[in-house]
Amino acid sequence: MSEIMIRVDHVSKKYRLGQIGGTTLRAELQRLGARIRHKEDPTRRIGAHVYKKGETFLALDDVSFDVQKGERIGIIGRNGAGKSTLLKLISRVTAPTDGMIGLNGRVASMLEVGTGFHGELTGRENIYMNGAILGMSRKEIDAKIEDIIDFSECRQFIDTPVKRYSSGMYVKLAFSVAAHLDSEIMIMDEVLAVGDMAFQKKCLSKMNDVSQAQGRTILYVSHNMNTIRQLCTRCIVLDHGKLVFDGETEEAIARYMELGGASFEKEIELNTASRRRGTPRKVHFTRAEIHRENNIYSSEESLDLTYTLDADADYDDIRLMMILFALDGTRIGKTESETFSVRRGVNEIPVSVPLEGLADGQYYFEIGILQRSRSFGREMLDCIPNVLPVNISNLEVFGFRGDRWWSNYWGHIMLSPIRLLNQ
Amino acid sequence: MDGKQFKTTITSKHKLFDLHLRETFRYRDLIFLFVKRDFTAKYKQTILGPLWAIIQPLLTTVVFTVIFGKLAKLTTADVPGDFLLPGFLFYMAGNICWSLFSSTVEVTSNTFLRNRATMGKVYYPRLVAPISAACSNLISFAIQFVLLIGFLLFFVFTGRAVIRVTPALLLLPLLVLQILILAVGCGIIVSSVTTKYRDLAMLVGFGLQLWQYASPIAYGLELIPPSVRGVYLLNPVTPIVTGFRYALFGFGFFDPGYYLISWGVTLLVFFIGLLLFSRIERTFMDTI
Repeated sequence: MSEIMIRVDHVSKKYRLGQIGGTTLRAELQRLGARIRHKEDPTRRIGAHVYKKGETFLALDDVSFDVQKGERIGIIGRNGAGKSTLLKLISRVTAPTDGMIGLNGRVASMLEVGTGFHGELTGRENIYMNGAILGMSRKEIDAKIEDIIDFSECRQFIDTPVKRYSSGMYVKLAFSVAAHLDSEIMIMDEVLAVGDMAFQKKCLSKMNDVSQAQGRTILYVSHNMNTIRQLCTRCIVLDHGKLVFDGETEEAIARYMELGGASFEKEIELNTASRRRGTPRKVHFTRAEIHRENNIYSSEESLDLTYTLDADADYDDIRLMMILFALDGTRIGKTESETFSVRRGVNEIPVSVPLEGLADGQYYFEIGILQRSRSFGREMLDCIPNVLPVNISNLEVFGFRGDRWWSNYWGHIMLSPIRLLNQ
Repeated sequence: MDGKQFKTTITSKHKLFDLHLRETFRYRDLIFLFVKRDFTAKYKQTILGPLWAIIQPLLTTVVFTVIFGKLAKLTTADVPGDFLLPGFLFYMAGNICWSLFSSTVEVTSNTFLRNRATMGKVYYPRLVAPISAACSNLISFAIQFVLLIGFLLFFVFTGRAVIRVTPALLLLPLLVLQILILAVGCGIIVSSVTTKYRDLAMLVGFGLQLWQYASPIAYGLELIPPSVRGVYLLNPVTPIVTGFRYALFGFGFFDPGYYLISWGVTLLVFFIGLLLFSRIERTFMDTI
């Protein structure tokens, strides 16, 4: 049964620095001049990562893995880890510098929004275009066209030039073509981000479907761990061009988090952090210092930290509030402190935030300072969204050690266990 | 590790001439669709539509007839004493040849830049793009050719022109093919080089203009002094254009020796182009 569909065998891809991107003869001469005078390359993009190893950097460094037929592989890693390069090599867009890639079947990538589509052509004509670019023959498309149109939900507009389409419709059409292709290997690169929720769901279930029913192999790249969880049977983690993990999805995600997918800072500068507008900032956050060395907690623990507040006068009716969000932006809940007073100038407020009941996953907070004023009831003095990332990792789920929490089905709160009353 | 168990293997090595011809043939539907796309996209939202394919060479021909024929009074004879042909037909024949050549060079020289969105995302034989560009230009040429024949018959039947039907007529398809091969050859050389240096792309439009003046389009070969004609005829376009007129009208200039040299240059350019192209197509995404 197991049949190798893709073999990536000691593959490296080397890029020469300073030649990435189109250049002109003039830039090339400037570069040469700079090299002779041992100055910095004047044409290099400012802030570009310098992975110097002579004059080159390895986008992929000796990567090897096999993919079996019907597997759904997630490829995760930070920006610049080499994910897209790997996909480019597998889809034969560019050639590796070293090593070999073997493929047992046709590869179909889903085209990005707009690419492969011609604005002047109708949706139907574009389906043929897109299909042909992906290697389908006319006959194959003829056989599939009705399915494709149905799946894309664009039937009403199918004979309208696609330049009048919304970007969501583009994505739907592009995905539909790729999904209905008879290719053995399907590559999806973070493409579902644009479609609406319902369509995303539909795409994921379609991908599950084609891989299970037709035994098609899927390579999926995304930063959205939820979709990775839903789709992938196995994951590969890349970091700086190296394959650092290959195995079970949850473990891979954990590995990726460690790599700094959610980075940890012990001291957080809040003075310059971006804020909600329209807050008077009579009292405002300047700093937060976390009392430990990482941000991985179990739900029995609490998030202990010291806020530094700056006040323009004395107030004795101040409260802190924190709203908890899951990584996908779902609001989980809100908590407030008791009322306390601050003096004019710098105030240090140590606090402890219980994390009780939170299920495994990544969270972050929106923090604010409230004043209970007589005239308005309550006023928000300062509010900073998207700070204090927290990772919850519980050893047990309802008493079972090592069990996994399925947050897509169960939500983010582990409610207190049910009590059996007659015992 | 050998890759025998796989249908496709991708490595860093490549053969000198790896053109994926069989694969290219498998993608013939794509060539067809590209041609169709070029055509629809070009004429959508225009009132006259494909008529533009005719209007353009027609107007150029009229302008040539007036400026070079009537005002500058340049000769329209390729060999001495051979001016039975109205200037209009002479210019039109040269113009449609030239526009087939120049538009094909222009489009194919942009192959990689124009298609980088799709080429950067999926693999399809890269040669599909220049081939389809050549095909869509051939269609325009065919329309223009029919128009030319129409004018030719009109002039002949109204007694304003005399032509000879000779066996050279059979050379026509070969000449058209040669124009395409030469143009695609030049185009893909430029396109391969422009993946790294854009400078050449700037040169194409200008270069083509100069090249046109160096070819007997706006004047007859007769205009060139015999002392430099030997060099002049080395321009591969010259024997093609004069040959085209010779085949069509039955008189003019045709020298088998220079014609063979022209073929030699054409094939040389084409193979250099293919060589560069097959080198570049594997990694052009890294530098484009």
